[in-house]
Amino acid sequence: MTAPQEAPAKLVVEDVGKRFAGDGGETVVALEGADLRIAPGEFVSIVGPSGCGKSTLFNIVAGLTRPTRGRVLLDGEEHASLLGRVGYMPQKDLLMPWRSVLDNVTLGLEMGGVSRRDARELARAELGRFGLRGFERRWPRDLSGGMRQRAALLRTFLAGRELMLLDEPFGALDALTRQTMQEWLLDVWAADRKTILFITHDVEEAVYLSDRVYVMSGRPGRVQLCVEIDLPRPRRFEIHGSPAFVALKQRLLAPLHEASRRQLEEVVA
Amino acid sequence: MSAVQTAASARGEAESRRGSGARLRRAAGHVLPPLLFLALVLVLWQAGVRISGTEESTLPAPTDVFSAMWENRTLLADNAWVTIQEILIGYTAAIVLGVGLAVVLASSLLAERAMYPWLVVSQMVPIPAIAPILVIWTGFDLRPKVIVIALVSFFPIAVNTLDGLKSTEPELLNLLKTLGAGRWKRFRTAQLPSALPFLFSGLKIGAALSVIGAVFAEWVGADAGLGYLILTLNNQVATAEMFATIIVLAVIGIALFGLVRLAERLMLPWYHAGRKEERA
Repeated sequence: MTAPQEAPAKLVVEDVGKRFAGDGGETVVALEGADLRIAPGEFVSIVGPSGCGKSTLFNIVAGLTRPTRGRVLLDGEEHASLLGRVGYMPQKDLLMPWRSVLDNVTLGLEMGGVSRRDARELARAELGRFGLRGFERRWPRDLSGGMRQRAALLRTFLAGRELMLLDEPFGALDALTRQTMQEWLLDVWAADRKTILFITHDVEEAVYLSDRVYVMSGRPGRVQLCVEIDLPRPRRFEIHGSPAFVALKQRLLAPLHEASRRQLEEVVA
Repeated sequence: MSAVQTAASARGEAESRRGSGARLRRAAGHVLPPLLFLALVLVLWQAGVRISGTEESTLPAPTDVFSAMWENRTLLADNAWVTIQEILIGYTAAIVLGVGLAVVLASSLLAERAMYPWLVVSQMVPIPAIAPILVIWTGFDLRPKVIVIALVSFFPIAVNTLDGLKSTEPELLNLLKTLGAGRWKRFRTAQLPSALPFLFSGLKIGAALSVIGAVFAEWVGADAGLGYLILTLNNQVATAEMFATIIVLAVIGIALFGLVRLAERLMLPWYHAGRKEERA
């Protein structure tokens, strides 16, 4: 049920926790002892209710926040700072309105010291695959929601990190665009085989995309369950109706539903 | 996937196919109404003065003002040049001071806490009132004028730029951090560009204030310039010539404002492209 221990892990999160002082001076536990293990080229998702600490965990792996306990190993090594080592795509697309689409997607290369010419050349080669051809000279505001997300993803891809953190990238899209984007993301991932850690609160999305799904529970946030998604690849949209898919979905939903019911009872009581 | 792409590129082509004729017509629609309105006001003014037989020293007719302007063109041009120099130097100093201060305050919370209240207090001091002190210190030359102009116009520039520098999305700064960008790269890539629209708002207010500052400064102590000229003409009850001088001052103010707007359009194409579409 857990990842094969002998495989060299891309990312290991060991007993990572985060506490900080709240406004009233009380200690807030944002994350309590999380353990993750991701092999190179794996697609792993984290699902959980809001406030379960998944964003905290993400910020720790991206190097934006320091954990108060535990350690994070990238390629088997503990780094003084993870900044600049992990690809990171937050919920908002964060395209800069003053830069053309092309200059937005080359941001990571530019920060990495690649010359503007080389960066643009690398980006142009990928525009077609990301559905942005013909739009490289447009302002981000000319793009539709799906295109903006693809541009943000291309920016993350071009930054060239082996491990990419995607925080609910399709959360703000309408249902139809979302499904198209999920299929498209699987195609892109299958072609490059980068390691992806994906956050969502949509269980169906997690099952459809992932090799493995971690379920987190809230207050204090901890990893509650880890489920291998052994559905065959390549997966197509039709897989949503298969009995295996439905069974996996139910298995993941049960603890989430239980937790949210308990939370509601506390509030109602 | 391909359907998404085709629909999107069709949209792109339609947008770029905007004719230049339509743009010209729209520009005319913006320029003509105010000009026609001005012509109407001038005609009514002329008729009113002539019909009522008002003295020229009380209210000159537009034709009187224009002929006064033509007769005194050398005098006006010489004094205008003095005032323009004061404004250009003072306004430039205000930009350097305002932007510099905003960058310092934005880069350190301590600096902001220590200095921001005093920045506000500096504007509560009536600057025309300290102009005489400046004249005592520096004399009748260019310096007190430049200082007064800089003092009145740096405040909107500093405050707007500071707001702009602080308006950068924190998530964007975090994203840049994860891309390995240091403090300077984050400032140059994210903070500075997102502050530019705010900076230009400040520059436009500052431009208008700088002309007022120049006139005030010349009233306190000067031997040349349009503000000085107004005082002299006032003593001679040369009302038509005073009106002519005021018009020249207004033209200088409008020209400076126009220059700032032009720079804004050139430097922020993304900002204006968007606003045009929102209006349409």
